[in-house]
Amino acid sequence: MPIPSPLHSRTAKLCQTQEWRDWAGYLSAITYQPSHEVEYFAVRNSAGLIDVSPLYKYEVTGSDALRLVNRVMTRDISTCHVGQVMYSPWCDEDGKVIDDGTISRLGEQHFRLTAADPSLRWFQDVGFGMDAEVRDVSTELASLALQGPNGRAILKDLFPEANLDGLRYYHLVQAIWRSIPVTITRTGYTGDLGYELWIGADRAPELWDELTAAGAGYGLMPVGLAALDILRVEAGLLLLEVDYTSAPFARIPQQKSSPFEIGLGWAVALDKADFVGKRALEQEAKKGSRRGFVGLEVDWQNLERLFGTVNLPPQVAGRASRTPVPLYANGKYIGQATSMVFSPILKKYVALATVQSAYAEPGSELEFEITVEYVRKRAGARVAKLPFYDPPQKKAIGHG
Amino acid sequence: MIDRMNYDAIVIGGGHNGLVNAAYLARSGLSVLVLEQRHVLGGATVTEEIFPGFKFTVFSYVVSLLRPEIIRELELPRHGLTILPLESTITPLPNGDYIYRGSDPHETFRNIQRFSPRDAEAYREYGHTMYQMAKAVKYILGIRPPDPTSLHPRELLALLKLGKHFLSIGEDNLYTLVKLMTMSSAEFLEEWFETDPLIATMSASGIIGTFLGPRSPGSAYVLLHHYMGEIDGVFRAWGFAKGGTGAISEAIANSGRELGAEIRTEAKVAKVLMRGDRATGVVLESGEEIQARLVISSLDPKLTFLKLIDPSQLPDDLVRIVRNFETQGSSGKVNLALDAAPDLSCWPGDGPHLRGAISVSPSVDYIERAYDEAKYGQFSRRPYIDAIIPSMIDPGMAPPGKHVMSCFVQYAPYKVHKYTSRQANKEEPAAENWDGQREAFGDAVVDTLSEYIPNLKKIILHRQVLSPRDIEEKIGMTGGNIFQGELSLSQLFFLRPAPGYAQYRTPIQGYYQCGSATHPGGGITGAPGRLAAMEILRDLRK
Repeated sequence: MPIPSPLHSRTAKLCQTQEWRDWAGYLSAITYQPSHEVEYFAVRNSAGLIDVSPLYKYEVTGSDALRLVNRVMTRDISTCHVGQVMYSPWCDEDGKVIDDGTISRLGEQHFRLTAADPSLRWFQDVGFGMDAEVRDVSTELASLALQGPNGRAILKDLFPEANLDGLRYYHLVQAIWRSIPVTITRTGYTGDLGYELWIGADRAPELWDELTAAGAGYGLMPVGLAALDILRVEAGLLLLEVDYTSAPFARIPQQKSSPFEIGLGWAVALDKADFVGKRALEQEAKKGSRRGFVGLEVDWQNLERLFGTVNLPPQVAGRASRTPVPLYANGKYIGQATSMVFSPILKKYVALATVQSAYAEPGSELEFEITVEYVRKRAGARVAKLPFYDPPQKKAIGHG
Repeated sequence: MIDRMNYDAIVIGGGHNGLVNAAYLARSGLSVLVLEQRHVLGGATVTEEIFPGFKFTVFSYVVSLLRPEIIRELELPRHGLTILPLESTITPLPNGDYIYRGSDPHETFRNIQRFSPRDAEAYREYGHTMYQMAKAVKYILGIRPPDPTSLHPRELLALLKLGKHFLSIGEDNLYTLVKLMTMSSAEFLEEWFETDPLIATMSASGIIGTFLGPRSPGSAYVLLHHYMGEIDGVFRAWGFAKGGTGAISEAIANSGRELGAEIRTEAKVAKVLMRGDRATGVVLESGEEIQARLVISSLDPKLTFLKLIDPSQLPDDLVRIVRNFETQGSSGKVNLALDAAPDLSCWPGDGPHLRGAISVSPSVDYIERAYDEAKYGQFSRRPYIDAIIPSMIDPGMAPPGKHVMSCFVQYAPYKVHKYTSRQANKEEPAAENWDGQREAFGDAVVDTLSEYIPNLKKIILHRQVLSPRDIEEKIGMTGGNIFQGELSLSQLFFLRPAPGYAQYRTPIQGYYQCGSATHPGGGITGAPGRLAAMEILRDLRK
């Protein structure tokens, strides 16, 4: 049985639908209200509060902390300043991705890492022989994601001392709230203006209450995983076990992916000192990758035509679908879409997909398998630039 | 008596492999007769009402490896087979704590995390690696072992396919496989884990039914053997057959009968009849003679080669190999009829833990010490015990509110010295006999269990204690080895039971073997019975 998260006493009361999902062993609300779209639009239009406590969290300290983190991550963490946050994948020795997450540099030799899967053993093993301690703080810390354009205004109410206007995208500020420390990172999984608050698990429900109270006038509402899944697809953010397979758990070698193959080539710093997987990734960078990670827009007129033959308007996933769908070009299988959803704001049917490199350029024309009243058909789709939706407030500085 | 009947094939022994073999032969249109010495079918795969109202899975008690193709092809569910999930293992610890591994991976994670966060993470990766290993080895379970010394094109082709298969599993997997083939189960697991009782419990599946300790090289392979059930469709390691393991034999027998096989109980075969170098039938202990073109023995090789026929008719080297074939049992069984549910002090009351296995394996040293005693001819005073409560999974096994408990116990050597206190560790002639020791063994098991289940002694209504010698006496398996012979590497694949005779044939025309002592070995798999039938049918087509 999944167990309650540190915020369950609050989320349980709010979850009208009783729709829960097991996220990393915790009960997580899928939607609080009958319509997840209301929650989705809260994030896009006002503000949403998401319990992301089930994330795995680790702290690395010691005189070799930077060395350890930089050896794990493909990105150059030595360029990450204190107070900055970076996002990076990490790989096995063959350059295949194990997981991805954020790295918050809390001090010169103090990092906080997030992961989708348990990672203590890997981090410790990579740091074998180094003067660095890796501590699992997953259950010690709760995390609350405050996402949406009104997020800053709400936070300012609670943290008048913190310089939230000056807090840039992927940076953090350490604040004190009711005499306990709270880390505020300007990060999130929605592709909008957003913050994540990291706080001792025992005090998290109080913080939830205060945020809820402060957000009342700003249209804040609790947001569940159904809405989050749409938001992250629009933001072009991938998800472990959905869009790619963690290398140690691949059942066949073809299921493993390099960072280049999942669209994270930009986060591979081949010019930095040795890191796990570097040699293999250098080879791949030279030879080129077999696959690429892309966004797809399915041709709506095409969908209308296909569904029109059975007298239906297009029937597409209202909640993000995680059932992979094959992609074709000139009649041949060339990849698969792994996450797809009708974007409520763009009014487009969009997907995240892995395709052969030859088809990974924006503008490439593909065929997307779609089931029209039980019969499998193919609709036209075009490779699009990610993210699909990128509002200016995501990275903009505040104006007090 | 003169011969009354004439069959295409006689299968000696109505254990599950004999029944599977007979069913497949009947399915191909042969007239088949199965002869079972006991009043009940199943051999070691049997359920018996030893105490009124309480059904005991007397010998074997769980199932994981029953080949799904047999379930499908013999339509066993239609003949009454239902395998219920056995989802958890609890290891109670002497300090009152426990390790619980259940069907929810996150719950298992959290439970192991209390002992070691690293182990909790390693557990998932270990499971994945064993899945890969089982996938690599599973191929072998489904094939007739090729003869590596033969130049026959069929053998060479089979060897080539085997070689290709192992090249296809990938470098890392190949290295892991070599480790599994050579290491001890404890050493292999210590490369992954640091929590001693976890290693102990997991390593125990490397010693079940073998005369090895968790630190004996070669035991890691047995670990894999028991993991094999994981990968066939259902992805569940262990199950419990509704009605006990005997229900499996019944389902196979019913399927065989429907396909035309005839099955006789209380018909013990004395000898295989021969004419020249051909088997022509059997003679029963009653004197009755029955003729058949084919005779298939599902018994162990000592009986098949040394008792049912005159060994002087066999090549000397084969006789020597069979005489040396290791069949001494290492495990015993204690079956209990209980007035109420057992109550564990580490987890009082009802719970999912009672519907899974209860493993008394608090440390590797504990099991290794239990082995030490057996090595020197004594049963373990503090044994490893794998207990399940069948009536918790299938309420039909006992009257309402009452329970049966099946305790698999290791070690119980076939030959026991009379027990003397430790300091009097002088050479003493082996009593080689369990008389007078059986109940002491039963007491050791109940005493050990009572340390974790305080109410146990109060609720025991009846107790059945079985040593390897009892297993031999009751169902005939030489030495009481539950696999009809050690599952050690020296007795596997093309060495099982003897080089040159690992393809179910014997030197005698028309005489075949199909028991657990043939590839792929013991456990309720049915695979030897099926693979033997395939070879027999192949010979008939020649």
